[in-house]
Amino acid sequence: MHEVLERYRPIVDEFDAFAAAVERPLGKTVRVNTIKADVERVRAAFEDAGIAAEPTAWNPELLAVDTDGPGSTWPAFHGWIHSQEAVSTLPPIALDPQPGETIWDACAAPGSKTTQIAAMMDDEGRVVANDRNMGRLSALRFNAERLGVTNAIVTNRDARNYSLDPLAVDEFDRALVDAPCSGEGTLRKNPAALDSWSEGFLADVSGVQTDVLQRAIQATKPGGRVVYSTCTYAPEENETVLDRVLDAENCRIVEQELPIETRPGITEWDGTSFDPSVERAARIYPHLNDTGGFFVATLEVGA
Amino acid sequence: MSDDHSDADDAPPIATDGGSSPSADDLDENVSHRFDRLAPTDAERTVEGRPSRATVLSWWEERFGIPPATFENHTFWEKGNGKLWVLAGDDADPSEVEAMGATVLRTRQEHWKPTTDAVQRFGHLATKNVIDLDLAEAERFAAGEDQDIERWDGDWGYLIAAHELPRETADDADGERAILGVGLYVHGELRSTVPKGRRRDL
Ligand SMILES: C[S@@+](CC[C@H](N)C(=O)[O-])C[C@H]1O[C@@H](n2cnc3c(N)ncnc32)[C@H](O)[C@@H]1O
Repeated sequence: MHEVLERYRPIVDEFDAFAAAVERPLGKTVRVNTIKADVERVRAAFEDAGIAAEPTAWNPELLAVDTDGPGSTWPAFHGWIHSQEAVSTLPPIALDPQPGETIWDACAAPGSKTTQIAAMMDDEGRVVANDRNMGRLSALRFNAERLGVTNAIVTNRDARNYSLDPLAVDEFDRALVDAPCSGEGTLRKNPAALDSWSEGFLADVSGVQTDVLQRAIQATKPGGRVVYSTCTYAPEENETVLDRVLDAENCRIVEQELPIETRPGITEWDGTSFDPSVERAARIYPHLNDTGGFFVATLEVGA
Repeated sequence: MSDDHSDADDAPPIATDGGSSPSADDLDENVSHRFDRLAPTDAERTVEGRPSRATVLSWWEERFGIPPATFENHTFWEKGNGKLWVLAGDDADPSEVEAMGATVLRTRQEHWKPTTDAVQRFGHLATKNVIDLDLAEAERFAAGEDQDIERWDGDWGYLIAAHELPRETADDADGERAILGVGLYVHGELRSTVPKGRRRDL
């Protein structure tokens, strides 16, 4: 196990199971793109190609496939599927976007969640997909077009001081902040994920995370929902960020119903305690559901 | 992610520009880095050479039999010279965005060329100029190869290429047409226009 993960021994129950799970490679999953196909057709096409594709227990539109290269199959060529990690499908589920709404995806590239949100909206209404990194945005555009998304507008800005000026609306119905992070949760997929890990990076990135989440709260209508997610275990990037934003903005953390097993957010780390409502956030560890690691919290903007 | 994400369609193979410029010289020039909504009809156009929504809808209908109602809830935009985009719903006229919906059609050339992504999204509604390929042909098409196909006796020009997926089998007859992309048919040859980043060896 990577030594950085030792710092989580105090907060992860069954640490040995956690440490063992982190070492196992992650199985491949693909999300069925309901804009262009349905689960039955995708499964039949995989079966045609001799590839088993089983719906996961908790998300019927997420298929576990027994191939390392789902990208070179007919369902992929047709834009019927998108290779996506299981945990990565959780933030849109928590966000629950509705057809016809206007949604902001603040840190959107390469668009796995943007395209999932668009599909959940039946490709109606608007998803504004933003990212600061132009190269990653071109990957997002490629994915959105391949998957047949027509309700996305793509912008290239710093989400921390995002202006809604070029858009037809002056507030969003909901927003997703799928923040840049240290990426510890992706170790099963990418064993090199922590090669450049440092405490200094934690401090920098948590500043960005806080600023983007604050901007998302400000830009969302009263009563609207904002989902915050990362793929890291670091409390500095998770509960600490929530705690600061609760102080600075008019919002609260709400209960969320996620279809998999999770652990509550932690209320204390490194001698600092947090607002007790951070417990409503969800920590997802690899040994709980045989997935990558993840963090997701749902906030509601105050009136 | 693949290495090549650009869906910038390669230069159109039978491009000849300047087909139908309007006679009025009081039209503005196209500003190529901005998204502009297409005017509803040719009579309401304010920019030289820009097709109208009505023309685009009739093009889909005449060429492929795709009913205009298909795009009832979509707007069309031009950015770049003749490059059209299709957006669900409407929006403000934005100057500083990178994309609005998806690229749909290359106009301002003699033969308008739909994008691979657009026909994969809307092409299942086509009733004509669709060429059905067998498995081996479909594989060559997806790999971006050109191939001789003598049996086609319909129109030349841009066709929608399709195959059956899942394939129809004796005990399970649920084969359904799946759209592959856009082929250019000339002189007994079907040229695949699948952009590099979307080609696959299947
Ligand atoms: C975890 S990734 C997003 C993954 C994406 N949501 C998906 O599902 O495919 C975080 C993204 O945040 C972007 N980013 C970092 N800082 C940003 C900022 N200040 N404003 C906007 N985007 C930013 C990065 O370029 C990166 O693409």
